[in-house]
This record gives sequence, structure tokens and C-alpha cells, in this order.
Amino acid sequence: MKSPLMKFLNRNPSVLIFLLILSVFTILITIGSEAFGFGFISTSLVKILGKTLCFCLVAISMDLVWGYCGILSLGHFAFFGLGGYMIGMWLMYERTRLIVLEAGKNAELPMTVQEIQNSIGSQIFGVVGGSEFPIIWTFSNFLWVQLLLIVFIPGLLALIFGWLAFRSRVTGVYLSILTQAMTLALALYLFQNDSGLRGNNGLSGLQNLPGLEDISQSVISMWFFWGSALALGLGYLFVKLIVESKLGNVIRGIRDNEQRMRFLGYNVEIYKLFIFTFTAIIAAIAGALYYPQAGIINPAELAPIASIYLAVWVAIGGRGRIYGAVIGAGVVSLLSSWLTGGQAPNISLGFIELKWVDWWLVLLGISFVLVTLYAPKGIGGLFDKLTKGARK
Amino acid sequence: MSGALLEVNAISVSFDGFKAINNLSFNINCGELRAIIGPNGAGKTTFMDIITGKTRPDSGDVIWGNKNISLIQKSESEIANLGIGRKFQKPTVFEHQSVMENLIMALKNKRSPWSVLFYKPNASDNNKVISVASGIGLFDYLDKLAGELSHGQKQWLEIGMLLAQEPQLLLVDEPAAGMTFEERKHTAFLLKKLAKSRAVIVVEHDMEFIRSLNCKVTVLHEGSVLAEGTLDHVIKNQTVIDVYLGR
Repeated sequence: MKSPLMKFLNRNPSVLIFLLILSVFTILITIGSEAFGFGFISTSLVKILGKTLCFCLVAISMDLVWGYCGILSLGHFAFFGLGGYMIGMWLMYERTRLIVLEAGKNAELPMTVQEIQNSIGSQIFGVVGGSEFPIIWTFSNFLWVQLLLIVFIPGLLALIFGWLAFRSRVTGVYLSILTQAMTLALALYLFQNDSGLRGNNGLSGLQNLPGLEDISQSVISMWFFWGSALALGLGYLFVKLIVESKLGNVIRGIRDNEQRMRFLGYNVEIYKLFIFTFTAIIAAIAGALYYPQAGIINPAELAPIASIYLAVWVAIGGRGRIYGAVIGAGVVSLLSSWLTGGQAPNISLGFIELKWVDWWLVLLGISFVLVTLYAPKGIGGLFDKLTKGARK
Repeated sequence: MSGALLEVNAISVSFDGFKAINNLSFNINCGELRAIIGPNGAGKTTFMDIITGKTRPDSGDVIWGNKNISLIQKSESEIANLGIGRKFQKPTVFEHQSVMENLIMALKNKRSPWSVLFYKPNASDNNKVISVASGIGLFDYLDKLAGELSHGQKQWLEIGMLLAQEPQLLLVDEPAAGMTFEERKHTAFLLKKLAKSRAVIVVEHDMEFIRSLNCKVTVLHEGSVLAEGTLDHVIKNQTVIDVYLGR
């Protein structure tokens, strides 16, 4: 029990509890999966659960930036989507390349490099009426570069946007509106056919890993589920390390009274920029794990409403307590996919038939209002009442 | 006396045409205790805002320390790190954090996110926190949330945080407001003790309180210095009587 990490876990038993629950959950799903277990959990359910873990991860980043640092960003889904686009570019390029090579095998003359490239281009961009590779696809044939870009591109966007916004001391609701504008502008740009990312078609077929066509989706879905669980566990640990350090004290101070922090000698803008960019990178990683499980990404994913949902999850789960974000994202997104997926039976009240698909949003809205009014600390706040020692 | 610690040279600032500060000059020496009085709207708060970097003056200069650093272009945090602390009228402590955490944040240490992330309190930091907490009578409350303290205790915690910052100049806004007679006496005693090792500027309305500080007084009126000297000297000044005391 000497290493700093062990000491940290000793002081914060909630981290161990969370990691334990996450491990047990992962093992249970593995045992139940079609690929590695008894098969009572379908592959589509594994994908839904894997995607939910990614939502939990992006909710953690939202809790850090909003619940702890007080920046109500309504644009973090832009970073989530960008992360998805970055990995999607490689998946799509590489898979199309393999298909083109396969088709070219039977040709009488071997294809030239240029022919291969043209063929890939027209396969990918034919849908938006082009065959040229836009400049942003320069590195799409290098997996490792695209993996770096998952971190780099959303991180850079957050850095530039945050620098401009925080430097001008834009705070509160004005900042929230700016972040909405950012994600809306990005979505509108991506909707254009000449944006270089296939316009409103987006990137598709992302569930197929290039070169692994022989491996069934039931196995691949488990790989991504494990990856998402690992990322969530690491994300939880890292964010908890931050909020329990002195940095955590400083950002909570900024949330509660940023002017006072300035007079204490802290450069508030640098701290905000640091947290904003760091959380954007977490969101991007979550997105890069999410979209291969979803199979498709299009600009609608970056719509302003998506980022608002993210804030709703964190508010319902309880801000300023990381497990609250996980609970909120997990419960609300699973309920949402169950109630809008058509499996939930409609309830007939005689005079009116309650169709969940129609009523889900109303229900979500009502529960958001109720939580705001009667349980401002969210579902996580109920946990705090049970464990009196927990605070912050 | 080692010369002026802070020199304010002919600063002016106006908000929407209203001259809040008008060609104001002011000096304070190391280890000096100074009281600033003036009617409402005389520019006392704006004056403090300019020194601490919250407001930029339209003209004039503010020179700090023996290295003659100009504070005009500096941000609030840079000025705080140069050694100017500020106490607000309303106690502003971080209520969701413990007394200990409040003091640790205030301690004079590196302020960059990176060094703060990997910060570990060392023995000297712990000793400083303990000595400050004992000095303000909050040693037994170190693990308590600041929000659970009484109003008076929050005032003391804020003073403790200022001490932990180790400033060379302390700006104190109406320290006696809302205090009982006994508390005022204690506060005056504390401010005089503080001024032994650093310069202190006190902005106050209460004449009895200022008398108990027994220090040089600067009277502000309509954004400039009206009179300066001992309390007995300035209250004999006819203009001071007209604009301030006569009412």
C-alpha cells in the first residue's frame, strides 16, 4: 500500500467500488454474449450497452467541465462527433481499399496505384458527386495518424474556441450559447457536400473492421464493449485523480467565485482552457469508440440538441459527483433506447393510448424539471444521503 | 522606511462619461497602515479595483515595489502574485471546501495548472497552514466545510487566507461593517498587528473605528484626494467638513 495510486484508492474507496461494478458488469455481459458465452445477450444489445458506456464516458467529461469547473458547455457533443469522424475516415478508406483490391484481382491488367486511388475515391465520394480525395483525407490510410488526430483535432478546436471565449471573459449563459453556436456551425458545415466528409450521408459501414471480415460482428461487438469499458474505467480514474488533487480545489473555486480566485493569484482563463480542452479530448475518445459500434456517423449527430441531452444526463444523474454522470447517462440513454426502440408495450388508458415513442421526450422533459426543482443534486444526491461521509 | 511600496500617479478613469477617478495620486510606504475615507461615490472601490487590476485606468500609472513595476497592463492574478492581497467587505471563502483546502489554495506556491495538479503539501506548507489556522482561531475547524462556519469565523478565515498568500500590501474593504463593538476592537487590533510586517490600506466609513487605528488618513472626494494627514488634521479641514462630515 505504498504506491501513490494505492494511497489514492485507499482515500477514495468510491473509485474501487466503481471499477468493481464495471468489471462485474463486463464479465456478466461477456458470459452472456453470443461470442464468448451462453448467448442470451444478443449482439445488438451488446452494441447498445457498449455505446452506453461511451455515453457514460462523455458524461464524465461533461461533469468535469460543468459540475466541477462551472462551464456549462453545450457543445461537447461536437468533440464526440469529431472523434467519431476521425476514426471513421480510416475505417472507411481502408475497407474501401480492400474491396477495390479484391475486385481488381480478377482484372486482366493489374491496377496502377493511381487507378486504385481513383477507384477508392469514386467509391467513397461518388455519393456526393466526386472522386477526388479532399486534403483532410491525406492521412486516412495511416491508422496511427488518424488515432492521433482523434485527440489532436477536437483538442485543437477546443483550444482555439476556448482561448477566444475565455480570454474575452465570456461566462455563464453567453458561453453556453457560444458553444451551441460552435456545434451548430460545425454540423452545418459538415452537412455540405463539399465539406470533404460526404455531407449529410456521413461515414457509414464503420462496424466492419478492415481485414477482419471473417470475424463475426458478435465478436467485434465484444471487442468494442471491452474497449469502451476500459476507457470508461480509466476515464473515471483520471478524472477522479484530477478532482481530488489541488487542481480539483482550484476549479471548484473557479466555479464558485472566479473573481476571488483571480485575487488569490490564479490565472482563471488558463485553468478553464485546460479543463475545457482536456474534457473535449475525453469526449473525442468516447466518440471514437462509439461510432464504430453505431456503424454510421452523420452531421445530425453534432446537432445542438445532442449536447443539450448531455447536460440533461449529467443534471439528472447529479453534478459534481462523477458517478452521478455515469448513472445519469446510463439510465437516461438506456431508457431512451428502450422506450423509443418500439419494444416497450404501449399503455392504453381507455381515452388515450400512451405511445412511448411519442411520450418519451415529454417524460424526459418532465423528469428534468422535477429533478431541477426537487432534487437539485440529481440521482447521485440520493446516494450521498445514504453515505454520509461523501461530500463535494 | 524604504521608500514608497506603491505609487499611484495621476490616474483617471471614467465610466460612460462619469469620472469615477479624476487625476488621483497616492503613495504608501512599506509597513504603513493607511485609512481611506470618503462619501459614497467618492471612488474608493474603483481605486481598489485599479490597484488590483480589475479596472484599467484611462490614464496615469501605478508603480509597484522597489523594482518599479507598472501594474497597469497586468492581470488580477499577476498582481496578486506580485504581493497585493484584497479582502472584500462580504466574506468570500469557498463554502463547499474545507478550511484546510481554502488555506492550501491561498498558500504562496506555484500557480500553474500543471504544478497545481501534481501538488503535494510538504512539511513547511503544513506548518504554515497550522500556524495560520491557530492564529485565526480555526485550528480545530481545519476539516470543516467553510460553509459551516459562522459569519465571524468566515471573516477570520478570509484574513487567514490573505496571510497565507503572504502579501506585501493588503487592501481591506470595510472590515468593521456589521460587527459588534467587541469585534471591532479585535479587528482594529488585528489590522494594527498586520501592519507591522506589511502595508495595509483600510477603506472604512466608521470614524470611531478609524480613530482606533491611529494612522494616517486619506480623504477621497469625487475621484481625487481631498485631504491627507492625521484624523484630527483632516476633520478640521473645512472642505472635508462640507462634503463629508457636515452631512
